[in-house]
Amino acid sequence: MSAEALLQVRDLEVDFATSQATVNAVAGVTFELRAGECVAIVGESGSGKTQALMACLGLLASNGTARGSVRFAGRELIGADERVLNTVRGTGIGLLTQDPLSSLTPHLRIETLLTEGLLDRGLASRTDARQRALQALRAVEIPEPESRLRQYPHELSGGMRQRVALAAALMCEPLLLFADEPTTALDVSVQARVLELLAGVRDRGLGVLIITHDLGVVAGLADRVAVMYAGRIVETAATDELFSAPRHPYTAALLAAVPRLHGAAQARLAGIPGDPPQPAERPSGCAFAARCAAADEQCTRVRPELRPDAPAVAAVACHRPLPAAAGQR
Amino acid sequence: MAEAAINAAAGGRGLWDGAWQRLKRSRAALVAAALLLLVCVLALVGPWFSAYSVAEVDWSQATLATPPSLSTGHWFGTDANGRDLFVRVWIGTRMSLLVALLATLVSVVIGVAWGATAGYLGGRVDGWMMRFVDVLYALPYMFFVIILTVVFGRSLVLIFLAIGAVGWLTMARIVRGQALALRQREFVEAAIALGLPTRVILARHIVPNVLGTVIVYATLTVPQVILFESFLSFLGLGVQEPLTSLGRLVAEGALEMESSPWLLLAPSAVLATILLCLNFLGDGLRDALDPRQRR
Repeated sequence: MSAEALLQVRDLEVDFATSQATVNAVAGVTFELRAGECVAIVGESGSGKTQALMACLGLLASNGTARGSVRFAGRELIGADERVLNTVRGTGIGLLTQDPLSSLTPHLRIETLLTEGLLDRGLASRTDARQRALQALRAVEIPEPESRLRQYPHELSGGMRQRVALAAALMCEPLLLFADEPTTALDVSVQARVLELLAGVRDRGLGVLIITHDLGVVAGLADRVAVMYAGRIVETAATDELFSAPRHPYTAALLAAVPRLHGAAQARLAGIPGDPPQPAERPSGCAFAARCAAADEQCTRVRPELRPDAPAVAAVACHRPLPAAAGQR
Repeated sequence: MAEAAINAAAGGRGLWDGAWQRLKRSRAALVAAALLLLVCVLALVGPWFSAYSVAEVDWSQATLATPPSLSTGHWFGTDANGRDLFVRVWIGTRMSLLVALLATLVSVVIGVAWGATAGYLGGRVDGWMMRFVDVLYALPYMFFVIILTVVFGRSLVLIFLAIGAVGWLTMARIVRGQALALRQREFVEAAIALGLPTRVILARHIVPNVLGTVIVYATLTVPQVILFESFLSFLGLGVQEPLTSLGRLVAEGALEMESSPWLLLAPSAVLATILLCLNFLGDGLRDALDPRQRR
C-alpha cells in the first residue's frame, strides 16, 4: 500500500462487562480507509458494526472496553486520553448518527448547534462562525439558511434535520466522516438526497466510513465493502466485485435476500435460515457454519481466518468460498 | 412555500416562549403570580406608608397591644410591646422572602451542579458523590443547622447558607436522575463526538434540559424554606430582634392568641398567601414545562 491509510484498524476487539458475563461484541476487526475513499461496513443488527465505530471514537458505554489498535492520521486512538480524543473528535472525525431528531439537542438553535464546535475551540469568531454555518447549510441544500439558523430542531422536517446534522458534523472540517446508518430513519426520497450529499462529501476528498444494513445504500456510494458477521469481518471486496461475485456464503445469502424488481413476481424472498449466534454462544469454528449450506466438519471445528483473496484488496474468511468468477446466485 | 408558512406560524418559538404561552393559559398560576408580586411590592414599600418604624414603641396608646384600627394608624394593631404590627409584618415578609430566595438559590446552584456532574460522569464518581449526599441526608437537619449556628454564631448570612446547604440534597438527587437519563441520549453522544469538553456539554446540553424540573422543584422548595426558617426562629436560632420574620411573628402571635388574635392572624394570612401562591405557581410551571405538552 503506497501512502499510509487515513484510518487503520487492527485486531479491534470490544467487550462489554455485564453482571452475568463479559459480552464480546467485536471479535477482532481489521480494515483500512484512505482519504477520499468510501468504505461501507455491512451487517445485521448485533453484528458489532456500530460498536466497532464507537470504539474508534472512544464513545463506548462505560462498561465497554476496546483492545487492539485504531490509528487515525498516525495517532493511536485506543487507550488515548480524553484530551487527545477531543482533538480528533469533530476536527478529525465527524460523526453522523442514525436518528436526526435525537442527535440534535432540542433546546438549542441550529446556529448554536452548528457553531459551538468552532467557537469552543476558538477556531472562529462569532460572525465568522455564523458565515461558515450559513455556507454549511447551503452546502447541504437547505433553503433559506438565514432563517433556519434561528430555528430549533423540532421545527425542521426529518430530512432537513439529517442534513443539518451532516452540516454540523462537517463544520470543523474533519478528514473523515463516520456515518452510522445515516438513512435508516428517513423515507426513501429523502434517503436518496442524503446519499447524494454523502457522495459529494467523498468527492471533496474526505474519507467516509458508512455503516448500514442496506445493500442499496452500499451499491450507490461505497468503493469498498466489509461484511460483518458475529463480531468479525467475513469478507471485504470492492463494491462491484462483491455484488457480482460474492465469495463468502453469508454475503451471497445477503445479496439473495434483497428484493428485486426484475424477477419472477411470485418468487419468494430468499431468507437466511436460523439466527446469528449470541456473542456468548459463538462456536469455536466458523460462526456462520450452522446456517451455511456448504459447511462441513472443518467449518464447525476451525475458525477461518480473513485471508487475502485473488484481487489485491479483497479478502474472505471461509474454508469453502464460492468460486471467484461469476458466483452462483 | 407551505413549509415556510408553517414555520412562520410557529414563529421560531423556543422552549421558554412555548412554556410562557401555556403558563398564560393557566388562570390559577397567573392569579398566584400576580398575588405574589403584590406581596413582594408590599413587603418592599409597605413600611413607608406607616408613620411608625419597626422597633418603635407607641406610648400614646392606653394599652400596649392595641387592636387593629384605622384611626390610630396601627392598621394591623400593635404587638405586646406596643410596636406597629403593619410595619412588622412587611418587614418580616421581606426577611422571609429574602431567606427563601437566597436559600433556594444556594440549594439550586449546588444541587444542579452536584447532581448534573454526578449523573453525567456516572460510574465511580457518581457513586462517591451520591454516597456523600446520602451521608448528609442521614444527619438530622435540625442538628446540622444548630451546630452551624452554635459554631459560627448567629448571622443572617449563615441562616441562608445553612438552609441552602441542607436543601440542595434533594435537588441534587432529582437532577442526577435526569442527567443519568440524558447521558444516554443521542444528542449528548453527538456533542461528545463533536469533541466538546465535558464542562460545555454539562452546561449547554445537560443543564438546560433539566431546568424545567429544577424550576418546578425550586418553587416547591421556597415554601419549605420559609417554614423551616419559621421553625428556626421559633427555636430562637433564626432572625434576631428588632428584625423579624413571618415565622417569628406567627410564633409570637401564637403566644397571645387568646388576648390579641390579630397578632396571629395578620402574619399567618400573609404567610398562607405566599405559600398557596407558590404552590399554585409551581403547579402551573410544571404543567407549562412538561415536555409531553410541548407543541
